[in-house]
Amino acid sequence: MYFRYLGRELRRRARSASVVAIGLALGVGLVITVTAAASGVKTAQAQVLHSLYGVGTDISVTKTATPGSAGGFRFRGGASTHSAPGQPFSRDRLSSAAGLTTIAETDVASISKLKGVAGATGALNLSSIHITGTFSGGAPSSSSSSASTTPFSVSTFTVGGVNADDPGLGPLSSSSLTSGTKVVSSWFKRVQQSSSSSDQLLALVNSSYAKQNKLKSGSTVTVAGTKLTVLGLVSTSATASVEDIYLPLSEAQKLASDAGKVNTIYVTAASASDISAVQTKIQHLLPKATVTTAADLASQVTGSISTAASLVDSLGVWLAVLVLLAAFVLAALLTTASVNRRVREFGTLKAIGWHSRRIVGQVLGESVVQGVIGGALGIGLGVLGAFLVTKVAPTLTATVGATGLGSGAAGAFGPGGRGGFGGGSGTGTGASHQSFTHTFAPATHTIPLHLTAPLSLGIFGLAVALAVAGGLLAGILGGWRAARLQPAEALRRVE
Amino acid sequence: MYELKKLSRVYPKGRGKVTALKDISLVLQDGEFLTVQGPTGHGKTTLLLLLGGLDRPTSGSVVFDGHDLGALAESQLVDVRAQNFGFVFQNYNLMPTLTAAENVEAALVPLKIPTAPRRARSVAALADVGLADRAGHFPAELSGGEQQRVAIARALVKAPKVILADEPTGNLDEVTRGEIVALMERLWKERGMTLVVVTHDTQVAKRAPRTAIITNGTLALRVNRRKAGSGRPDPEAAAEPVES
Repeated sequence: MYFRYLGRELRRRARSASVVAIGLALGVGLVITVTAAASGVKTAQAQVLHSLYGVGTDISVTKTATPGSAGGFRFRGGASTHSAPGQPFSRDRLSSAAGLTTIAETDVASISKLKGVAGATGALNLSSIHITGTFSGGAPSSSSSSASTTPFSVSTFTVGGVNADDPGLGPLSSSSLTSGTKVVSSWFKRVQQSSSSSDQLLALVNSSYAKQNKLKSGSTVTVAGTKLTVLGLVSTSATASVEDIYLPLSEAQKLASDAGKVNTIYVTAASASDISAVQTKIQHLLPKATVTTAADLASQVTGSISTAASLVDSLGVWLAVLVLLAAFVLAALLTTASVNRRVREFGTLKAIGWHSRRIVGQVLGESVVQGVIGGALGIGLGVLGAFLVTKVAPTLTATVGATGLGSGAAGAFGPGGRGGFGGGSGTGTGASHQSFTHTFAPATHTIPLHLTAPLSLGIFGLAVALAVAGGLLAGILGGWRAARLQPAEALRRVE
Repeated sequence: MYELKKLSRVYPKGRGKVTALKDISLVLQDGEFLTVQGPTGHGKTTLLLLLGGLDRPTSGSVVFDGHDLGALAESQLVDVRAQNFGFVFQNYNLMPTLTAAENVEAALVPLKIPTAPRRARSVAALADVGLADRAGHFPAELSGGEQQRVAIARALVKAPKVILADEPTGNLDEVTRGEIVALMERLWKERGMTLVVVTHDTQVAKRAPRTAIITNGTLALRVNRRKAGSGRPDPEAAAEPVES
């Protein structure tokens, strides 16, 4: 009787029931779409952060270089200060990544002993500059104004010194490998376990850099005058901020003359709740260091991803809430109106002995069914909305500013360093000063991101819960109205 | 048995009050057939609602089988209604989305009778009112007379002690009116229940041994001599008119 009565009553009021269901469907659909889009934005943000930090890394520690502290331009590879005009020269410089200065490796050990720290590892992120050219007169000198070099060419690449003892942390893990997992694993094993010196000269090369420079497994790369064998290529996601060449940390330290030093420490907290406390402790331990958490870094991510995040967080959420509220109100009003139209019916049922709770149950049941139908329609609309977001949404960009990880700072190529490279007054092409300025200018890292709107069972559960809640709310209001109905009034109204 | 003692019902109306019934006293024996007559708006329906426990008196009492209906809690009152009273309304008040059989069955729902016997009783009740073949029809597919028969079957199906009918022939043509009144009279005689019928129709009113005439909220009893003695209880003995 209950379900027959419920079903037929809904069919009788098909138009009103449809309006309620469609209203709830719109609200639920919007909630699903916004939630899915928000999830997509968060995933994209996480991708950016992971690419900068490394998966599982909660905190990074760096030390910003003060002007001049990064050292000047030092040559390797047999620089002569007395070269004859017309003599070719080739120079390499390997220095700490722009804006960073080194930290003693012992600090890594100190950090790893802090309470709340699950792991810490150091890495040496380096910039390599290779210059080749011919002396036209004088000698390259940091102070010589008479030096004249022309023409010469400059090539730069980045180098990551990875601690093979901690494969789970560090710049290599942050590369969000899309391929090359096996070769990375093999590289870690060989570097870690082999005592052969040749294994310490194995390098991994980022596939995009390898493509540009036509490198493949077995190729040779030269870093600061030292030849290394490419063990394999690693591919990374579009969002990854990676180095061009990876070396064992010890080799990188040797080549950069930074023995026992790192310039980035990657720290994993024991739990999310420890991050803040660990950050404070590290800051206390290394007062001059920049201690950055994922949250700090997130605030530095700008670009359209940031706009999308704030759009989803503010406009999207509020729009969904408003539409849902409107749907709830609509459902409640229509249900109450329906009860008002059925006064005689409910009055009669009460007269023949139906308890109020049974009548309330009937009204509630009808509303919940409307809610479930609305929820089912809403899931359809939400899936469609999420599909459209994935298909139609423009590519977003995430820009990491000039502070924090992956950034550079002025001064890395500042004055006063040892053997600085004097500005040439040459007339040849490729005036290098501009090139260097560009290379070491404060860096902003822009990453293209495709926004997706991933759906999950949780989102569907939320949708159904909201729809049923809307139906219940409407049913409770309608039922309350029906329960208050006095049969005498109801029957008298007919009279 | 009903016993009405100094029963009054006053309704608020705007800033004032309307006295629908004023100090009515009446004793109604089990199995009695009483018709209630009077001008529109003078308190007939109010009396019926009070007899059926659908309204509560402002003062005085309606005692049914020892229960003071006005003093019972709502849930108890609902149970008394479900078990003892059958209602027949002028507008039939059938559920439009339920078939004739389902409408009848609805009266058995509160009695928690299992589905199968419930359906069997509904069909039997429809057969009693001559509508066995219309059990599967919806109210909109039935004539006014048929709808009222369904309403009578719904009132009868639970074998109530009392049937309360509010102008059951008010919306029917003359022929159908006669059929419905005859049906109710037959069922009253066969089943021995108390029957109270509010009517404007004097011909209908005179078919009962006694008629309560309500004017401006006061009650006067008239004994219909032609019918007196034809019913089961002795109307003379039962009547306790307070006003005439």
